[in-house]
Amino acid sequence: MTQIQLARMDSNGIRADFKLRLDSFALDAAFGAPSAGVTALFGPSGSGKTTLLRCIAGLERAAGSLHVDGEVWQDETRFVATHKRPLGYVFQEASLFSHLSVRANLEYGLKRVASAERKVDLEQVVEWLGLERLIGRGDTAKLSGGERQRIAIGRALLTSPRILLMDEPLAALDSASKQDILPYLERLHRELKIPVLYVSHSLDEVARLADHLVLLEQGRVIASGALMETLARLDLPTGHFDDAGAVIEAAVAHHDETYHLTRLDFPGGCLWVGKVDQSSSRRVRARVLARDVSIAIQQPQGSSINNILNARIEEIRDEGPDKVIVRMKVGDTHMLLSRITRRSRDHLGLTVGKDVFAQVKSVALMS
Amino acid sequence: MHTIDPNDLQAVWLTLKLASVTSFLLLLIGTPLSWWLAYSSKWYRGIVAALIALPLVLPPTVLGFYLLLLMGPQGIVGALTNALHLGTLPFTFAGLVVGSVLFSLPFAVLPIRSAFEAMGTRPLEVAATLRASGWDRFVSVALPLSRSGFLAAIILAFAHTVGEFGVVLMLGGNIPGETRVLSVAIYNHVEAMEYGAAHWLAGGMVLFSFIVLVGLYLSGGKISQVVR
Repeated sequence: MTQIQLARMDSNGIRADFKLRLDSFALDAAFGAPSAGVTALFGPSGSGKTTLLRCIAGLERAAGSLHVDGEVWQDETRFVATHKRPLGYVFQEASLFSHLSVRANLEYGLKRVASAERKVDLEQVVEWLGLERLIGRGDTAKLSGGERQRIAIGRALLTSPRILLMDEPLAALDSASKQDILPYLERLHRELKIPVLYVSHSLDEVARLADHLVLLEQGRVIASGALMETLARLDLPTGHFDDAGAVIEAAVAHHDETYHLTRLDFPGGCLWVGKVDQSSSRRVRARVLARDVSIAIQQPQGSSINNILNARIEEIRDEGPDKVIVRMKVGDTHMLLSRITRRSRDHLGLTVGKDVFAQVKSVALMS
Repeated sequence: MHTIDPNDLQAVWLTLKLASVTSFLLLLIGTPLSWWLAYSSKWYRGIVAALIALPLVLPPTVLGFYLLLLMGPQGIVGALTNALHLGTLPFTFAGLVVGSVLFSLPFAVLPIRSAFEAMGTRPLEVAATLRASGWDRFVSVALPLSRSGFLAAIILAFAHTVGEFGVVLMLGGNIPGETRVLSVAIYNHVEAMEYGAAHWLAGGMVLFSFIVLVGLYLSGGKISQVVR
């Protein structure tokens, strides 16, 4: 990222610039993250995301600088030790202290924070993470992976961190445990007032949890920006993943009891999805994969597809010998991606600027 | 019925004192040494580890011989202690302590080092992100997580010192109340054909060693691995 872009970032956010040479790999990463919301550090394994997170925590010592909320954590002359940085860190494996009970694990960091600086208390965290039935347990060894990770998150939050660092907290979990813990992460996403840096190599997790995206490749930051915009970019590898797609933030507008459907409204149109739990929040996030979107040049008649949106083509890129991927604008703010054959593009005469109808076959509700 | 010779009681007492002092010093020296061996990435780590392990393979008499030379009036250490008006160390209790500490060092370092290595750096990193300073991390995380290693180190260092003979003989000789420990007393009794007295002490040693080892193996996997 250039200096100009860095300067434009929120001055209260995170500004990091690290250079580190290891045996097999070099990190040379600069990025900024805003002072609120979840910023995902996304990239394939070996791209340096975990190393970058460790540099931010001070667990790894790289050359460079780090500013958090206008405070210097590292520069040419200073290096604040990890235990003096007001951060919370959630490791890939829960890494609970095996010699301590669940409660003692939770209180380990809490006890080390001056009472004047404590912003969250034990009851609050227990309630947030649903730890009521776990806190009385003596031995942490018999807990499930998801339970252990929830305790680890709670333990980190109880230090009242100014920034939360999460290193693929779901990667070591089986899919049942993942489903068990995701609602809690989504809840933290809504309720936490502090910035979260979330390392992941799963596009699904990122689409679900992040607001901002920092894309890493071979130790370098190749892009950084707002999630919805960045995921729809076709000049980035994420735009060409098998599960490439757009994220749409929408409001729950109407429940249809007869057909058991829910209508989501967003600036640019509406989407019908399978009926949403009435109690769920008013705002939801939906993910529309490029492979689930087809394009028509006339208003489709007699189609079984419920969701047909007016869209304008903004970009078309070749994807291999037979396919192209199309980026469309829906309304003023939202994007859709569509993966179609080259043949269809030519037959329909699709070009940039053309108004079309996007037929959405499937919508994945994220929260 | 044989009654225990007060000289033998003195030897038992001296042995226990030597083993206690040695174990205590070994904990003080062995812990930072084990820490360094477990976590350092210096190239000479292997050399230091080999030096510490030497007493495992050397005959005790060899170690005792060189310590005698080093600490005697002509040796470097001897010259130093003389210059400090401490006299020379051979044939003193202090000399025995020095010899025992060196001789039993691997028995303290190996279990503590392997306990640190088994723990790894992750719990320490976690503690650092939870605001624990270096010393705090050591006391609240490293010590409790490697307690079985420490227990093994204490037991092994103590028992090994109780049973030592060669270094003591080379370095300390046979001075009652000063350097005549159990193993030397047994040797004396056998030399004098006093098999009854030798039995009391030797049998007691057998029993003591057996109890220590039973304790070790019953206390679980980690400790017994060290002496398997």
